Amino acid sequence: MKISFSINGQPQTVDVEEETPLLWVVRDVLGLKGTKFGCGKAACGACTLHINGEAVRSCSFAVKYAEGANVTTIEGLGTNENPHPVQQAWVEEIVPQCGYCQPGFMMASAALLSKVADPTDDDIDNHIINICRCGTYYRMRKAIKRAATIQNSKTSNS
Amino acid sequence: MGKKKFSRRKFIARTLAGSGGLFVGLSLTGYIARNPIRRQINKFVDEGESPYQGDISDPMLWFEVTADNKLTLFSPKVEMGQGSFTSLAQIAADELELDMSFIKVAHAQSGTGNLDQFATGGSTTIRGLWQPLRVLSATLREMLKAEAARKLDVPVSSLKMEDGKITDGSRSLTLGEVVEGVEEWVVPEAPAVKDVTEYTRVGKPVPRVDLNDKVFGAPIFGMDAEMPGMLYGAIVRSTRVGARFMGADTSKAEGMPGVVKVVLEQDFVAVVAASYTQAIDAKRKIEPKWEVDRSWTTGDIEEMITVGKGQPYVIQKNGSPAEILNADGVYTAEYRSPIGAHAQIEPHVAVAHVKGDQADVKMSTQVVRITRDQVANRLGIDKENVNIVPAFLGGGFGGRLETPIATYAAVISKAVGRPVKCFYERQEEFQNDTFRPPTHNVLKAKLTDNGSIAAMEHNVSSGAVAWGSPMLPGFLETVLGADLGAWRGGMIQYGAIPDFQAISWKVNLPFATSWWRSLGLLANTFAVESFMDELAEQAGKDPVQFRLEHIQDNKAGQRLKGVIQAVTERSGYRDKSTNGVAMGFAASTDAATPVAMVAQVSMDGSEIRVEKVTCAMDPGLSVNPDQVKAQVEGCIIMGISGAVYERMYIEDGQLRPVIYGPYEMARMKHAPKEIDVILLQGDENPGAVGEPPLGPVGAAIANAVYRLTGERRREMPLSQALA
Repeated sequence: MKISFSINGQPQTVDVEEETPLLWVVRDVLGLKGTKFGCGKAACGACTLHINGEAVRSCSFAVKYAEGANVTTIEGLGTNENPHPVQQAWVEEIVPQCGYCQPGFMMASAALLSKVADPTDDDIDNHIINICRCGTYYRMRKAIKRAATIQNSKTSNS
Repeated sequence: MGKKKFSRRKFIARTLAGSGGLFVGLSLTGYIARNPIRRQINKFVDEGESPYQGDISDPMLWFEVTADNKLTLFSPKVEMGQGSFTSLAQIAADELELDMSFIKVAHAQSGTGNLDQFATGGSTTIRGLWQPLRVLSATLREMLKAEAARKLDVPVSSLKMEDGKITDGSRSLTLGEVVEGVEEWVVPEAPAVKDVTEYTRVGKPVPRVDLNDKVFGAPIFGMDAEMPGMLYGAIVRSTRVGARFMGADTSKAEGMPGVVKVVLEQDFVAVVAASYTQAIDAKRKIEPKWEVDRSWTTGDIEEMITVGKGQPYVIQKNGSPAEILNADGVYTAEYRSPIGAHAQIEPHVAVAHVKGDQADVKMSTQVVRITRDQVANRLGIDKENVNIVPAFLGGGFGGRLETPIATYAAVISKAVGRPVKCFYERQEEFQNDTFRPPTHNVLKAKLTDNGSIAAMEHNVSSGAVAWGSPMLPGFLETVLGADLGAWRGGMIQYGAIPDFQAISWKVNLPFATSWWRSLGLLANTFAVESFMDELAEQAGKDPVQFRLEHIQDNKAGQRLKGVIQAVTERSGYRDKSTNGVAMGFAASTDAATPVAMVAQVSMDGSEIRVEKVTCAMDPGLSVNPDQVKAQVEGCIIMGISGAVYERMYIEDGQLRPVIYGPYEMARMKHAPKEIDVILLQGDENPGAVGEPPLGPVGAAIANAVYRLTGERRREMPLSQALA
């Protein structure tokens, strides 16, 4: 069936089986590979993207529910020239190792910062529950706090 | 390690017709293949020297001058998160006197002949390529200067590298201009490499070269690879331990939407469809037939993995410990570790296209050459006709030291005549992993009247790590007996003990076990270093002082003492708990890199909380101290995950759990909020980094938990929830 939504600010209509997980539509139909497949059961968070600003694990989210929604992936979060505060902080803290889980973590972190401007350690522990096998959690925590500072300074300057 | 000279014979330069580029390469084989294999393997295990076996005609490092006046270094080693591409760029930039922005590091494709004869693993990349890359880069610099001197008609001595160009101060040539039109290169004798003190990038914490790709979502991984006209293949995998494939009824799958073909082979069945979800839906309709001899349980495995069963090999012996340990007053303790999964987030993946007698495979693998050979053998084509294109790995951890998925994808592609992408489902990853084998460790010691260790014995029973791996020649098992991966960390590092021995018990398990980052190190060090704390208590001594008393006064011993002293000073180590927080200490040496660690632990009810870890490591020269620290941080967190939470078990003949969550792993809330890493440099050359810090993690935590609770936990995982 035909399903229309906005992805990274661009309107898009796809013709796919309505139960297809959004992840595969994003990756294989729309060709945006930044959103990753890890487990297919919403257990690892590698496929996290935003639907109307909420962090969603897209491997277990049927595309039909995206009808009319605003979908944002890591490619739409920010660019090298104009990075999202989370991406800027990720670069400054040199967070990634293998890098595979990182888009999911950055999307989850960006969603957290949109709700909680100054997350505490407990906020981070309770909301950032993706899995990273390289063990970059220590730098991610620092990066999330740095991103909060960047975001808050931008807000106060604008 | 002394300076090693490379002769011109081992240096290869060629100009590719039409490309306008200079390729220059260096064969490492003469450099390292001189030793007999056994000596190499022993050096690898005991001293941390990297083994490479290869043939003289296959160069392993290549530079290419590209059209944009930059250099590409083709790496035979893959980037799986360890940061080696960054370190290689630093080394090359310093010798070439080029800014790092002029040097790109890329994976070498197997079709270029630029092949690592071993694998990416064993913490060998930087320590193995350090000297060869310096020599290659210095030689290339001199070749470029000599050619520039000829073109500008000035003496070589008047030239220098500046802003990516070669200049005499008034006139300059880009790299492209230098190499343009050269038909034959004169390769000079390898020049002396610069002294490390002259380097401006080596030794500095420069940012990772792959940082932007990884932060902005570039499609760099094997999972992101595509080929035009590509289909999706879904392979049916077994769910039961020891299952043999006996065929399948595929009739229900064949008419499913999107299905192009069902491929039934002797050893597997797969379905090919237009989309991934169609392939998976059709795969569910296949009815495979499996044959199993018995329904295994965890209890069966634990009984097999018990010291006294299997085949024993003495791997270390000093004096006559057996006689002393047969007397009264011997202290004994035993420890266990469970089956561990690699659990890397990117599944095994390959995209293959077979056209006639040619095969192209884009994929994530740690073993490019072996995978190439496997694909060639299965298809019955020449190895040179198989081009493995390595992608960035979404985690390796040893889990991709066997990548037969390339062969499956190639067979499927051949059957449909189109490119096919294959990757496993998560349940299949968990049930068909090449697991970290379970272990049983029994330690015995006798103390003297003044509380020193008179004699000590370590018995370790383990499933296979190295044996059975396609990476190693089969005769090695016959030559060595004991599994060199299983004993990693199993030798007693306290050489001042008068009488000691270590015995490795080899057990063949009914499921695949293999290389898991650091091999036996995590479990064996958990046992040995927990035991050292237990012995120190028996002796009434401070655990750190007790260890220091038993370390030999040679170079390795001095480096080990160095990290122990550094970590105890920095952490303010105390042998008691304060305000609900206790410190636990442990140390290990792996591949010649000593690591000492202090974990500060508290209990939240029955939950273990690792609040802070202080770690001192001496890997020799840290080419990129920031990324060396990142490896230490990663090892600490992976070690917490493995030692405190992770456990596979076998129930009704099935390996379980089959998904993250039930397979409990460290998450953000389990990671220490403070990690303090101290890097020492007890050697002028870079040593092993990516695995050694895993060693002490389990024991440091267990020792802290004992101090807090009075309870000595001798089984991994340490978390009570699973006890």
